[in-house]
Amino acid sequence: MSATMQRETRKEVEPNRQQEFVTPEVNIFETPEGYVLEAEMPGVNKSGLEITLEGNEITITGRRTTEHLPGEVIMSESHHAGFRRVFELDPMIDTAKVTARMEQGVLTLTLPKSERVKPRRISVD
Amino acid sequence: MNNLMRWQPAGVSNWPWFGRLNDLRDEIDRLFDLPLAEMARTPSILSGWTPALDVYENKDNLVVRAELPGMKREDIEVTIHDDSLSISGERKMEQKAKDTEVYRAERFFGRFLRTVTLPSPVAVEKVKAQYVDGILTITLPKTEEAKPKQITVETA
Repeated sequence: MSATMQRETRKEVEPNRQQEFVTPEVNIFETPEGYVLEAEMPGVNKSGLEITLEGNEITITGRRTTEHLPGEVIMSESHHAGFRRVFELDPMIDTAKVTARMEQGVLTLTLPKSERVKPRRISVD
Repeated sequence: MNNLMRWQPAGVSNWPWFGRLNDLRDEIDRLFDLPLAEMARTPSILSGWTPALDVYENKDNLVVRAELPGMKREDIEVTIHDDSLSISGERKMEQKAKDTEVYRAERFFGRFLRTVTLPSPVAVEKVKAQYVDGILTITLPKTEEAKPKQITVETA
């Protein structure tokens, strides 16, 4: 299977410092019904999330809503950049039925296959 | 320059055995390239999951923030022992239906433990922890003795 969600392109990091993005870690599964994509975006909630479908590409962008804490920094390992990643969609996906859920910093995208490509049993009369 | 991009595991090539060797070589190259601090918290075969931690201090509180996306509240454990704060827990993989094919598995599942030494004494009974949007925020009020005090200068 060549044209699947496996293929992806990464957009170049934009020069504007305010718009820096990192690539979120994802898990992708395929079931007979469709694909499920989980992306880790800690600090992003529903309002900071943007999902765009263009042609056969889906772009997920997450902007953090966590504010900088006031005070002296003792230790700082997290980054403040947003998250962005682009995936090429399997043409079997019914883009009108894509749904998204955001829960504790993990985005779950459900991308169902269109009815005509789902496996089905043909009964023999 | 590469620092802002999270490291991506290389996909399995058409030649799984050679692919694996290449992955291993890449992994070793990468370890030598990284600064020590970053290496210690890079998810890899060597260190497992090391969630990023931030620690802030202001006049009244110490605030510790940990990135723990996709956890269940009851699977996160926070303990304070003397001057050390530990955050531990387990992220469990959801059971998938048997006809599920995995295309990408970059997320880490399993146990983690992080411990930080608190820079000043805290009032343990007043510590609060909140888990929102995959980020755990622990607010630790300082003890009265640890707070900075202004001394009024009097004149005779």
